[in-house]
Amino acid sequence: MTLNRREFIKANAVAAAAAVAGVSVPVTASNLITSSDMTKLKWDKAPCRFCGTGCSVNVGVMDGKIVATHGDIKSPVNKGLNCVKGYFLSKIMYGKDRLTTPLLRMTNGQYDKNGDFTPISWDKAFDVMAEKAKATLKAKGPTAVGMFGSGQWTVQEGYAAAKLMKAGFRTNNIDPNARHCMASAVGGFMRTFGIDEPMGCYDDIEAADAMVLWGSNMAEMHPILWTRVTDRRLSAPHVKVAVLSTFEHRSTDLADNSMIFTPQTDLAILNFIANYIIQTKRVNKDFVTKHTNFRQGNTDIGYGLRPEHPLEQKAKNNGKTAGGSSEINFKQYAKFVSTYTAEYTSKLSGVPVANLEALAELYADPKIKVTSFWTMGFNQHTRGVWANNLVYNIHLLTGKISTPGNSPFSLTGQPSACGTAREVGTFSHRLPADMVVANPKHRAIAEKIWDLPEGTIPPKPGYHAVLQNRMLKDGKLNFYWVQCNNNMQAAANINEEVYPGYRNPENFIVVSDPYPTVTAQAADLILPTAMWVEKEGVYGNAERRTQAWYQMVEAPQGAKSDLWQLVEFSKRFNIEDVWTEELIAKKPDVRGKTLYDVLYKDAEAGKFPLSEIPDDRLNDESRDFGFYLQKGLFEEYAAFGRGHAHDLAPYERYHQERGLRWPVVDGKETKWRFKEGSDPYVKAGTDFEFYGKPDGRAIIFALPYEPAAESPDEEYDMWLSTGRVLEHWHSGSMTQRVPELYKAMPDALLYMHPDDAKARQMRRGDLVKIVSRRGEVQTRVETRGRNKPPKGLVFMPWFDASRLVNKVTLDATDPLSKETDYKKCAVKVVKV
Amino acid sequence: MNNFKNNLTSLLKKTLVLAVLFSPISAMAVESNEVATLRDQTSIDEQKTPNVIPKVDNKDIKQSRNYPMQPPVIPHSTRNYYINLNNNKCMSCHSRQQTEKSQAPMVSVTHYMDRDGNFLAEISPRRYFCNQCHVTQLDAKPLVENNFIDMHSLMKQKKADEK
Repeated sequence: MTLNRREFIKANAVAAAAAVAGVSVPVTASNLITSSDMTKLKWDKAPCRFCGTGCSVNVGVMDGKIVATHGDIKSPVNKGLNCVKGYFLSKIMYGKDRLTTPLLRMTNGQYDKNGDFTPISWDKAFDVMAEKAKATLKAKGPTAVGMFGSGQWTVQEGYAAAKLMKAGFRTNNIDPNARHCMASAVGGFMRTFGIDEPMGCYDDIEAADAMVLWGSNMAEMHPILWTRVTDRRLSAPHVKVAVLSTFEHRSTDLADNSMIFTPQTDLAILNFIANYIIQTKRVNKDFVTKHTNFRQGNTDIGYGLRPEHPLEQKAKNNGKTAGGSSEINFKQYAKFVSTYTAEYTSKLSGVPVANLEALAELYADPKIKVTSFWTMGFNQHTRGVWANNLVYNIHLLTGKISTPGNSPFSLTGQPSACGTAREVGTFSHRLPADMVVANPKHRAIAEKIWDLPEGTIPPKPGYHAVLQNRMLKDGKLNFYWVQCNNNMQAAANINEEVYPGYRNPENFIVVSDPYPTVTAQAADLILPTAMWVEKEGVYGNAERRTQAWYQMVEAPQGAKSDLWQLVEFSKRFNIEDVWTEELIAKKPDVRGKTLYDVLYKDAEAGKFPLSEIPDDRLNDESRDFGFYLQKGLFEEYAAFGRGHAHDLAPYERYHQERGLRWPVVDGKETKWRFKEGSDPYVKAGTDFEFYGKPDGRAIIFALPYEPAAESPDEEYDMWLSTGRVLEHWHSGSMTQRVPELYKAMPDALLYMHPDDAKARQMRRGDLVKIVSRRGEVQTRVETRGRNKPPKGLVFMPWFDASRLVNKVTLDATDPLSKETDYKKCAVKVVKV
Repeated sequence: MNNFKNNLTSLLKKTLVLAVLFSPISAMAVESNEVATLRDQTSIDEQKTPNVIPKVDNKDIKQSRNYPMQPPVIPHSTRNYYINLNNNKCMSCHSRQQTEKSQAPMVSVTHYMDRDGNFLAEISPRRYFCNQCHVTQLDAKPLVENNFIDMHSLMKQKKADEK
């Protein structure tokens, strides 16, 4: 508020005196402005910029500025609510250090890897970028070019980027930061069901009798879903909530059964539940016989470290055989899980037998409808795909799946991890609609839709997120473009595997961001970027809900959206610069054209005229290129999934709706997949059909507990888990610039058990060093905060750019999903 | 007409881009660490010594909201205020029944509405965990200023422009 006390009193005095005298006051003397011309706000809907919950937000605009945001009462997701971050969306675009001009490292007017950041024009920025990309392509070919994107890209941006990389530059070295977040969930879905993304939806919450959180602190990370869980638990007293974690946190506050387990032993607990269901004879035999197969997965699969690491040398199945499996029957499976008794599992996990049995009973009791939620505790796990497979096992054994309230539910972290990263397929091994580059039939489908010659898309999967950093360091990936993420802060083992690659003199690193992030600081060229409602786009949330929004305000002068950057940059390449003569000869009409012509303007993406954009709507990209780019890209992309169980509605409809859950068939969304009656793709008479698999059967996998990559020992005597907090989104690049959110949670502290602190002569607030085999970071100790670790474990969030906890973490990944385990490494904590 | 408008906008934009291009500011370079606005200009391989943990604002002075729908921040410490299955400490002052005694503000009427907008006799369970929207403020100076403009300032500006 800018009305000061004196103004306030003066205006009040005039109004009061006039009222007493019975005369009306001139409008200017009133302390209130009431004329509708002045007070009217222009309201519009957009999905929230933050997490994968996908709340709809009403955005209020006045004079080209966002002045207010609140939860959208019409949205079935959040029904008028927002979390504290969502309520402060209005301020995320207005940090004083918004970037407004490209910055290139230069010395004496020339690019210099060790030069200072110098403002240059967009034209010059693209000149330098194109020159570097072309030189790299010429010297080393497409495998030396790469891109790191995001589940925060809009669907159209991710699609334009994937097309530019896979078809334009003919490299599969494109991966999203969703690799750090969702890859194990994807791996789990593909392995068990043969098709990605949850079968259920958020409506499961209001139908469930029990909800189980596995490695998910929904109270802080998915706050609005947590309001729904809370609503259900407290308004229907028979409902039970069980929370499993390696430390106590805010979600524990609602738990009827809170279980703190030793890191990695979740695998054993999952197998114990399966064993309990079998031992107590509560297997849903009819369901299991008709709809499932059993397989034994390969074991001893390594930890996704560099091949020369001793752990990889020792592992039996750390290569192509890691994902292998062989057929078994129910009897063999029952024998396999029989070793996971309550006593054995309790000893391994530290969870009392009574708690384990109460948990197992929620799944085993046929009268209880149970929903399981999980996020990073399962996914950021060196056995993340296994953990996902194992939770599906217990839902499949009991047939508690695909019906209201019976739902194994993988939650997503980012606003469009599902929509963009997964559905569009911006991964190094993927194509849209669950297709993969390694499958020649899938490549052929993509080449047909893209109207490109056979053989355009390379068959070999590219470098995934962690491998990109390793290849930058090794000098094999030399031209690298980072959009919509902050990987210098987010990636594990910054000291050894991230920073050296960015600063490797052989490499040219471009970072697009609205703000100067840690990643931008490590770049050679920074591109100022438009964000959220400064552009039009589509996001897809965790329950398969696709949501669109219009551009509502102009970006700061000089900032351009990721989409504009991708498409404009493509103009710099003639097809002859990027394709071989052999490939061009298969489609000679592309000769002399640019990538912009071939990939966007002359493709389906370029078919929709500007006249389809409502006159009163902003759309900077489309009006610049001369066609309705966002619609064109969406419709071209939608062709991949329509008729293939990934159907999307026509683009316009998403501007009218508060989102629709795919597949959208005959104009109707799908709430529960794989169940006859609710999923139009299920054949009549089958009851359930897991049609992602050729025989319509989901797979129950026999997979064991195996230890973590690094466990505490005498020197590094504590587990370190990292994660997020309610007030900050990911690396804090947006939320740390909102004063109220910053002041609510300014610094990343080290959460520690008071006894552990005492044993080290530490008190709350002491300055300490967290040291691992890879590096160290300093912060202050917190012994009475919202997170309460057990003895032997410490937790530190990663949102704080000034305290980079990822200097300490280990870049071990799940060998199947290539997702990093950010929840487990060994550290020591010493006083500074 | 619309096309003309678009062309004009595009032309104006191009002119502005050129203006930026040729302005003297384009010669100013910044050292690579100077872009580290959240890191106090510290290089990535170094770390600035962390500040002490700031104190919680406990002055009980209400702060104005950025817009009417903003959940108010909490102007007091909430240490040991538990909200769990058995207890909600916040409501021992902020519930309708308690405000006369506590002189604390009553929770907003919206908090009595269920998902479908029906008023309940008690606050809705969906609003049970106050700490999902309401946060305390620590005595920490923001690292970066925020240029958000209050709608009231915009209105006053318009009013002034009218005169």
